[in-house]
Amino acid sequence: MLVLAVAAPLFGAVLVWAWRERAAAHWVGVGAAAAALVAVALLPIGRGNGNWMTYGASLEGGWWHQVDFTWAPSLHLDFAIAVDGISWPLALLTALLGLLCCLHNALGAERHTSGSLQVGAANVATGGPSLAAGKTVGVPGKPSPMLTVLLLAVQFASTLVFFADNLILFFIAFEAVLLPMWAMIRRYGDPAARRHAAAKFALFTVAGSLLMATGLFVAVADIGTADLGAIIVAGGVSPGLSLLVFALLAIGFAVKAPLWPLHSWLPDAHTAAPTVGSVLLAGVLLKLGTYGLIRVAGGLAPQGAADAAPVLAVLAALGILVAGLVCLSLPELKRLIAYSSVGHMGFVVLAFATGTEAGVNAALFGNLAHGLITPLLFFLVGALKARTHTGLLGSLGGLRLAAPMLAGVLGFAALASLGLPGLAGFWGEAFTVYAAAERGGAWFALAAAAAFGAFLAAAYLLRMLRRVSHGPVAPATKGIGDVSTVELVVWAPLVAGTLLLGLVPGPLLDLFGEGLL
Amino acid sequence: MTLGLLLIGVPAAAGLAGLLIRHRGLARVLAIAGPAAALLLAACCAVANPRFALTLADFGSIQVDLALDLSGTATAVALASAFVTLLVQVYSAAYLRDDPRYAPFAAQVNLFCAAMLLVVAADDLVFLLIGWEVMGACSYLLIAHYAKLPEAPGAAAKAFLVTRFGDVAFVLGVMVLGAAAGSFRVEAAAAAPEGAAAAGMLLILFGCIGKSAQFPLQIWLPPAMAGPTPVSALIHAATMVAAGAYVLTRLAPVWPEPLLLVVALVAAVTMVGAGLCALAARDLKGVLAWSTVSQVGFMFAAVAVSAGDAALFHLVSHAAFKGLLFLTAGVIIAVAGTNGSLLTTRLRPGDAPLAFAAMTIGLAAMAGLPPLGGFYSKEAVLGAAYEAGSPAGVVVFWAGVGASILTAAYSARLWLLLFWRGAPEREERAAVPGAESFSLWALMIATVAVGAVYYAGPFDVPELHLDLMALLLLVTVGGFAVIADAWWRRRRATGIDRDPAGVLGRTRPAFAEGLYAERMAGKATRALARGASAAARELDERLVDRTVVEGSARATLVAAEDTATGHRGGLVRYLRLSAAGTLLVAVAAIGVSLWS
Repeated sequence: MLVLAVAAPLFGAVLVWAWRERAAAHWVGVGAAAAALVAVALLPIGRGNGNWMTYGASLEGGWWHQVDFTWAPSLHLDFAIAVDGISWPLALLTALLGLLCCLHNALGAERHTSGSLQVGAANVATGGPSLAAGKTVGVPGKPSPMLTVLLLAVQFASTLVFFADNLILFFIAFEAVLLPMWAMIRRYGDPAARRHAAAKFALFTVAGSLLMATGLFVAVADIGTADLGAIIVAGGVSPGLSLLVFALLAIGFAVKAPLWPLHSWLPDAHTAAPTVGSVLLAGVLLKLGTYGLIRVAGGLAPQGAADAAPVLAVLAALGILVAGLVCLSLPELKRLIAYSSVGHMGFVVLAFATGTEAGVNAALFGNLAHGLITPLLFFLVGALKARTHTGLLGSLGGLRLAAPMLAGVLGFAALASLGLPGLAGFWGEAFTVYAAAERGGAWFALAAAAAFGAFLAAAYLLRMLRRVSHGPVAPATKGIGDVSTVELVVWAPLVAGTLLLGLVPGPLLDLFGEGLL
Repeated sequence: MTLGLLLIGVPAAAGLAGLLIRHRGLARVLAIAGPAAALLLAACCAVANPRFALTLADFGSIQVDLALDLSGTATAVALASAFVTLLVQVYSAAYLRDDPRYAPFAAQVNLFCAAMLLVVAADDLVFLLIGWEVMGACSYLLIAHYAKLPEAPGAAAKAFLVTRFGDVAFVLGVMVLGAAAGSFRVEAAAAAPEGAAAAGMLLILFGCIGKSAQFPLQIWLPPAMAGPTPVSALIHAATMVAAGAYVLTRLAPVWPEPLLLVVALVAAVTMVGAGLCALAARDLKGVLAWSTVSQVGFMFAAVAVSAGDAALFHLVSHAAFKGLLFLTAGVIIAVAGTNGSLLTTRLRPGDAPLAFAAMTIGLAAMAGLPPLGGFYSKEAVLGAAYEAGSPAGVVVFWAGVGASILTAAYSARLWLLLFWRGAPEREERAAVPGAESFSLWALMIATVAVGAVYYAGPFDVPELHLDLMALLLLVTVGGFAVIADAWWRRRRATGIDRDPAGVLGRTRPAFAEGLYAERMAGKATRALARGASAAARELDERLVDRTVVEGSARATLVAAEDTATGHRGGLVRYLRLSAAGTLLVAVAAIGVSLWS
């Protein structure tokens, strides 16, 4: 199952690429993504009891399932994958979003979009610059199957990151996410901004990854093994190196997360990326950063994490406040959602930085909740932009009258994003405040900043709703269609997940509780 | 246990289901079935008094419980909430008969009711927070109901943001209490150490001030009148606004004694200030809105003298008469065919006898005339303050006496202006639909009967004091007298000139505008938000992004250019460079060997 979960998107990507000229190519992608989702969803069957222990040098128990092939022992590189209560929900989220994005492509949910998404398939997987931009090949009204190929590639690499039990494999997978994402922005993004945004995204994350790689190699050299689970159970690297390793890893992951002030690639990338790209970016790529920070950086160097926590926490709190304030006056919808991500991830990092049990649980929960809510918002904004051909708040208005269902779902997503209790966003953010208040002293100021950040989120999201949904119908929104069945199918799982996690947070927290940290 | 879960679950399910359906008839059935079932379940809870806890979320060091505690007092409030919601739903079915967005409206009202019942029943502070904020969100949706009303979205956003601003403090307070006590349960919070309890309760108080529209966060309530009239009845009577006072009574055991003076001051300023604003207000719903602020001030006053039951008694009796007043106001505005401004809204008692009777009873209850419910509950609050013998007691007692004069005055003024200024401008009379009449009748009976709760209710309130009763009646009659005098003196004036609010003299315009607090706060917040946002964007986009990030990229490019230029010289230049390099290396090598 574990191997199937990782391999299905890879085979899917190859198959879709091979059959890209056929009409059914999209559906092959959907099938592969569905297979991956089923495989991931079945993983809890026959899981262990969550008892972590070591016998000699090897780790016994704890992982639900574990697969290990020797690959290149001299490099400490094994194809070792494993799953537990912390990585499984993230992998499930990845598989779900992958499937929804493939469906979104296959059904042509953005049929009325302006040219950029219909740019046809070219003959190379990556790299082909805007030469292809002129011709339109493939099924009219649907995006190119190549987009699905790239989607599946991102899904494959991300799943591998979440499952990797070997640090070198982790690093390889982490880097492998970058290429298809870069290509997606570069080739299928908004023509005006995509070159710049893609280059910025790639350079920024590569720079972060190099630091991260250094950190990983220092750690591997120090301990002599690259088995992630064993290292975590053994308590990480030696105390002298701890802070160095943590700092290197944290900077690398902070770029991806993104932590203020290393976030500035994110708004550009989101604004330029196609809808499915934004969805994966927000729902999966950012999670790689926080997962790495919590699992790998925190696990390899717990001592260093404790030492560096105040710096991390202050930056996170600053990020929450700055992102909230910036969002108050941004004129463009997609950029606004992108910036709000910086704020939400600030909550996750702040919760992790407190180092308390409640804090880490809140971080993991908030991470997952963000992965449901923000993709929903990006889907909605994509749908809106495809209909009105504009994302400017100034030229929208009256959506509630023009398309009541769309406005309703947008309102729901906005309420979820502002952390309304009873929806998924609440638990992570409220318990970030709790964890910071629990530490007492100067941390209380950070708790207050986080609580105020949640207020700012309400302010900017209500401002957005007021401009988009309320008021008289703007010329751009006049006569647009309401939500189609296709869109409902794609959005419904996210809406349901948001409600479910909000009302019944217990089971997920129990899963986190038995995970390995 | 099932009973308690159903009490919240049924209206919530009715609300969520209602959001999905478009069919009008079905929406109406769900709308009325939800609160009706809740009323029934609340009645069962009043007998069974369920009390239980399940684990909702386990964060390791602390857990959130799905804990309900429906004691006698809590079920009384739950009954009042469900009762008012049911009548509001019945009323709205007729009131919004031509509204295309009736289905979502009715669903949101049910969600609102479920959220309030959750607040009433919850015994865990974080669990309570769910109801607390969902209520805020529903108020946002309901106030913004009229899509074509230009001020509605702004008023709705203001209501949500002001209460949410209070909630920043509320959440912090809950978390401080939880961290200090190791649990979010109410009885555990009572065992929190003194310092944490003080800090936590002050923060929670600020949240309750926001929700209950007390000074200084009263600014959201008057504009919230942009919502449909039944929504105003719902928000003012038994839900949202009352929730703040309710939570404070629930947390009464946690309060450190000396801090009650803070509550007393808030209550005193609000009771008197809002009473003056109500006296000066220029439209019918405005008078009622300010009167709510003032009456909730009475509930805060009871909290300040540790008389939680008196506060809840006033909450219940207030729910009856304020629900009645708002629903009647909707009928009067419809019959008179105006926009609710007191300038134009007037009827003769005979034009709408039911509305006249309902308004008269409601206003008499608000002013505190025996034997209506308002008399007993106000007497209970002032009696508790009288017996308290603490500084807080002194403050709220005298403020309460002053506010009672004002209550009598603004009630009398409204009654005179509405019914005794001659024939309305419009001649044809709209008929009052049966559903609306039913709600008015039910609430009239409740207003009259709620006094009986004093004798046979779950509330533990002080005995009636004869001297206090005399004082209260004297004060009420005094308030009436002032208004009657002003009314009589201006008998020759016509129209609005006869307005007895003239007794306020030159301060009247200021009070009519709520002392300009709303406008000033709005301006200040907007300016502050604009400034802070511009500064943040400057920092983030200019400094971090363009200067540091893209600047470093540019610097790299420039360095690359320079290096490349350096490698594009002629042969002579390369020769020179290599000679200089060789020389340098030689010098360095000699130097190193000599040194070592």
